[in-house]
Amino acid sequence: MQVNGEYKPTIVAFCCNWCSYAGADLSGTNRLTYPDNVKIIRIPCSCRLNPMFILRAFQRGADGVILCGCHPGDCHYTTGNYYARRRMTLLFSMLDFLGIERERTRVEWVSAAEGAKFAATMNEFTAQVAKLGENKRLEDLRCKK
Amino acid sequence: MQRIGVFVCWCGSNIAATVDVHKVAETLAKEPGVVFSTNYQYMCSQAGQEMIQEAIHTHKLTGVVICSCSPRMHEGTFRKTCAAAGLNPYMVEIANIREQCSWIHKDMAEATEKAVILGRAAIAKVHLNAPLTAGTSPVTKRALVIGGGIAGIQTALDIADAGYEVDIVEKKPTIGGKMTQIDKTFPTLDCAACILTPKMVDAAQNEKIHIYSYSEVESVKGFVGNFHVTIRKKARFVDETKCTGCGDCTTKCPQKNVPNEFNLGMDNRRAIYIPFAQAVPKIATIDADYCTMLKTGKCGICSKVCAAGAIDYQQKDQLVEEEYGAIVVATGFDPISVEKFDEYAYSQSPDVVTSLEFERLMNAAGPTNGTLLRPSDKTHPHTLVFVQCVGSRCDGDGRGKSYCSKICCMYTAKHAMLCREKYPDTDVYVFYIDVRTPGKNFDEFYRRAVEEYGVHYIKGQVGKVVPENGKLKVQASDLLSNEQIHIDADMVILAAAIEPDKSARPLATMLTASMDTNDFFTEAHPKLRPVESPTAGIFLSGACQGPKDIPETVAQASAAAAKVLGLLAKDNLTCNPCVAQPDEMMCNGCSSCEKVCPYGAITYSDKEFRGPNRTTLIRRVASVNPAVCQGCGACTVACPSGAMDLKGFSNKQIMAEVDAICK
Repeated sequence: MQVNGEYKPTIVAFCCNWCSYAGADLSGTNRLTYPDNVKIIRIPCSCRLNPMFILRAFQRGADGVILCGCHPGDCHYTTGNYYARRRMTLLFSMLDFLGIERERTRVEWVSAAEGAKFAATMNEFTAQVAKLGENKRLEDLRCKK
Repeated sequence: MQRIGVFVCWCGSNIAATVDVHKVAETLAKEPGVVFSTNYQYMCSQAGQEMIQEAIHTHKLTGVVICSCSPRMHEGTFRKTCAAAGLNPYMVEIANIREQCSWIHKDMAEATEKAVILGRAAIAKVHLNAPLTAGTSPVTKRALVIGGGIAGIQTALDIADAGYEVDIVEKKPTIGGKMTQIDKTFPTLDCAACILTPKMVDAAQNEKIHIYSYSEVESVKGFVGNFHVTIRKKARFVDETKCTGCGDCTTKCPQKNVPNEFNLGMDNRRAIYIPFAQAVPKIATIDADYCTMLKTGKCGICSKVCAAGAIDYQQKDQLVEEEYGAIVVATGFDPISVEKFDEYAYSQSPDVVTSLEFERLMNAAGPTNGTLLRPSDKTHPHTLVFVQCVGSRCDGDGRGKSYCSKICCMYTAKHAMLCREKYPDTDVYVFYIDVRTPGKNFDEFYRRAVEEYGVHYIKGQVGKVVPENGKLKVQASDLLSNEQIHIDADMVILAAAIEPDKSARPLATMLTASMDTNDFFTEAHPKLRPVESPTAGIFLSGACQGPKDIPETVAQASAAAAKVLGLLAKDNLTCNPCVAQPDEMMCNGCSSCEKVCPYGAITYSDKEFRGPNRTTLIRRVASVNPAVCQGCGACTVACPSGAMDLKGFSNKQIMAEVDAICK
């Protein structure tokens, strides 16, 4: 996305309801800043994330997509984040195949107590995506008005 | 097309200071389907809620978007508001523009733009929301308390008082927990045993309470209102129904050199033992690691002296299956191992002790019968040095904990005071980083230690303790006078940090209850729901949630009991309607979803479908038990044909949000 001639990446963060969404809330409660490029979508568990959603985001012009879930072993639904981890590993190899830079996607485990980690992760990830520049490879031009 | 109302909250100045709420409301009013858009100072207040209800009636709203604080805070409030106005509560979506927007951004233009985008995503989602009706599930009217310390006992007593059955599972042979080892309690200096043991007896005699001592929770299945718990009753090689607790066996057992854990290994017990005189239940237990009979098959003295014939060397672990509606975690704490802090010479000299060991040395039922003697040569100590914050508030080197253990300042003041009172000839020094005494009568207590009892409080840390010629040479610095201090001490007492019990982490995994990075259980809300775990039906009592002293533990234990009673008083619980639902026309019966379901909520059945040319086809299709499904959504992604979807978080809804954000 271009704002006043300046490139500003669009970043979609999928956060599980129990840990990472609460972690994101905590970073707000503690007034820890991270770029406004990051928009959070709440999902019940990281295993609810269909890799298709990530492709959809890239197709619609997102420059980076991050998935945050409970730490392995801490999933509210016991095993959800293990499924998410495996699915994302598969997706990463597919993105390699498509020529999408690996750095545009990330999986991070953020607990409900880790507000500082959430903010730090988002700062770091935004900087990383900004360095890569705009996502053009998977962007569907038909989606542009 | 939905008729959507948008309500933007200012949250006083929490949102309005960084987000232009008028602009957000105006911009969102132009979104497709939005028929009403407004902003108000406090949407969650009664006036705000009435405004929403009125708008639902006047504008015939079919969906509501509230741009406010986190849905974790007020989603329930706004759902109730809308339900009262006749709108299905699941037609409400929250755009989180406080925690995830106004509080993290400083630039008004950027924050306003982000708030608009978040609002847009919520509107896009509401367009695809469908009214959902929650089912109900019955509640088993019994509670389980895991841990039989003061927290567990208090919770169990309160639940039983209200007339419900409650079981306590305690891994040690007796209930009572850490408080049984404590001599006196601050700030009143009343004897711990005198206030605890009557409660232990009350619990044992209450007909609504059943105590599983020397038992552990083996597995937990089910969900709120319907937990199936397997309890492992460890073999104690003594028939609980026959043992009278006379203690004959514990005096005759020839295996005398077993370290006594009740006195923290400072004296010995026999292989068959009753932990202490007031143990509840007062039943002997054989320590299989030391018993000669169990190890070599030759001895059997205890069985010969037992008049009741209670000894049973063949006893095996027993698994008991129980059903509960609610589970209370009261696993408590443990002091950390101070071995890593070798500068204090804990492993080099027996005269360096932890505070809990000191507690036993001062206790009339302890290894020295209450006379304070140096463990090394059993002489009376004259100079005592207390070191605070051993492992507490200790960041960086990975040896200790980053948090304050909360109780050490007070118990050290207590120890110092008791020491000076009993032995006025002693010199007592306390080295501290800060003295933290918030609490009723706590600061007065600490000041009495300094002013009336003449305890020397020195701000500074001890650098090294060196055992030399039967003395402990303490090197420390006084931060206020900026001097090096050398003290020849007779005893050094370390206020070790406290950490959650080791059993807490595996238990949390079993219960799917969340923990923080220090392994303390996390509460559902740090301020508003402090005794509930985020997992429904799991409650927290005592130090398993964070460091606590006894009054706070008891207060939290009773609060947890009140929450449990609120749950058990219900006959039926409303289930979460956001559960998985298969599209039977698309399901091909492949079982992918069944394999990933952590709750076993998915079953298969053969169903008749209409085939071509008036034939009927029988196909195997999935069905979800909505009372068991917890709505994680693992199956929705596993389904190769896309037949499985999650209500409230459907594929279409999430993709609509993605589209709105990326636009």
